[in-house]
Amino acid sequence: MPDATGLELIAQRVRDELGEDAVVGTSYYRDQATLEVAPARVRDVLEYLKLRDQEPFEFLSSLHGCDYLPDEPRLAVHYELLSMERVERLRVKTRVGVDEAHVPSVVDLWPGANFQEREVWDMFGIEFGNHPDHRRILMPEDYEGHPQRRDFPIGGEPVIFTFNENEGPRWYE
Amino acid sequence: MSNREGGQNPLAVPYREREKSVTMEALDQGQAPVYGTELERDTELFTLNIGPHHPATHGVLRLLVTLEGEYVHELTPLIGYVHTGIEKSCEDQSYWKVIPFVERMDYLSYYFNAMAFCMAVERLLDVEVPERAQYLRVIHMELNRISSHLFWMATSILDFGAISFLWWGIRDREMTLDLFEMSSGQRMHPRYFQVGGVIEDIPPGWVEKCREFVQRMPPRIEQYEAVLDKNEIFLHRTRNVGIVDTQRLLDLGVTGPLLRASGHSWDLRKAAPYSGYENFDFNVPVGTVGDHYDRYRVRIAEMRESLKIISQALDNLPDGPYITDNRKIALPPRHELATSMEALIHHFKLVTEGFRVPPGEAYAAVESPRGELGCFVVADGSSKPARVHMRDPSFVNLQSLKDMSEGTLIADLIASVAMLDPILGGIDR
Repeated sequence: MPDATGLELIAQRVRDELGEDAVVGTSYYRDQATLEVAPARVRDVLEYLKLRDQEPFEFLSSLHGCDYLPDEPRLAVHYELLSMERVERLRVKTRVGVDEAHVPSVVDLWPGANFQEREVWDMFGIEFGNHPDHRRILMPEDYEGHPQRRDFPIGGEPVIFTFNENEGPRWYE
Repeated sequence: MSNREGGQNPLAVPYREREKSVTMEALDQGQAPVYGTELERDTELFTLNIGPHHPATHGVLRLLVTLEGEYVHELTPLIGYVHTGIEKSCEDQSYWKVIPFVERMDYLSYYFNAMAFCMAVERLLDVEVPERAQYLRVIHMELNRISSHLFWMATSILDFGAISFLWWGIRDREMTLDLFEMSSGQRMHPRYFQVGGVIEDIPPGWVEKCREFVQRMPPRIEQYEAVLDKNEIFLHRTRNVGIVDTQRLLDLGVTGPLLRASGHSWDLRKAAPYSGYENFDFNVPVGTVGDHYDRYRVRIAEMRESLKIISQALDNLPDGPYITDNRKIALPPRHELATSMEALIHHFKLVTEGFRVPPGEAYAAVESPRGELGCFVVADGSSKPARVHMRDPSFVNLQSLKDMSEGTLIADLIASVAMLDPILGGIDR
């Protein structure tokens, strides 16, 4: 784990390389370093951290979404980076609002992010620009809504039969 | 947002088109039948749907395979058939009630799911786990690793056509399930790990029974190896089949035995020890070629290393409490309830509301039998988690199936699925 100072150094290097607006903030909590970046710059930051930084994080161990209702901006994507050589983890996080839920895809950097970005799109409705295969993965392809959002209702989902298959589940409105 | 009319997503791709079978007419008209590929005019492609209900897919995995004769030209895994929304359900449970939920994700390595979740919550609470609890956790996790690998062996070698292995593997796995039943009352999904320790100390006689298992296993493993290592059919079907190089595996995020079989020695138990793994002397088996044979060898060798760890943990099992004495997190001992009003209040609060976790985020990763199992928990200060996400290794590793099997024979595809060891409960969650 990079310590609190190490995290600030990483943030400073990212700022020097990509501009002041790339890094939104840093936080260090329970021995975990989190670098918060602007949604439009997240791919640039991750590319820098993977390929060009002096202490690179070459492995993406997890990519997941989160809904921080009632905080704004509500949605977030987390990238759990790992350096196998130094055994260090860094969480890169980006927050987006529900109305502008767009994040650039990192599938070209890590092909393994493919399924995980599709899952975030499926569950949270965050779009990944330039994703090669942008569609739902776990829910049925004609499902309406993004069920992991905190304001998504629980229960009461109607069963679709032939007679009502084209009506659409209006219960979500 | 997609809906029944479709087409609203500007990034949508014509996946219905991709999944179509290829006809001779389309070829005659010069249309490239498979998305993004150029085909020669005199080849005919055949799209075959395998699964989701097929015994060789280890669950409800659906594979859409485009075949060129007997060779796999393109492969698309389609998943989600056992998606049960466990992550969503977890948001509506207090922390201690989440444990049975997450245990049902990867249903062959339940102790690891509980461990990842407990580690994440313990990190948020900043609570110390007593040493005895750490050792008990290690013993149970390694027993679970053996039982998971035994079940992998049982079902995978079955896919190669050797049905006896199913009975042998399940026979030996039964011994670990008996041990789980003895320590927790349940054979699967035992809810044994709790935040701060384990729910109960092991009963008298458990250690002896566990030692008996540790002594009985090595000759059994030798027998299995003796059958497989000299079996010409098995060797022909595994050696130099399904090779994926290390860099590609790392880019795909693959961890666990699949990565180690290609020669990369990444193992979280060694690299970033948790729960006292630094106290044990064990090796990390690695392969050299990265084919199916190495994957088989690595898993068999891992069972031996697990036995070594269990044996050391039983020898050095420390005395002391089995769960943290922080009454705000762990239930008070039963006998205190009769005499202490405070204990009764703690018991009542913990059972009705559960403990509260200060706001924050934590990611904790353990080395499950299939790779890095990570749990991401967001706490908002209440007694229920705001988000629980499992980075399941099966879900990520499944993406390497394409690399393993494209260009190989369809019979090798079945072998690749077997050697991948996917658990659909973990993939779909």
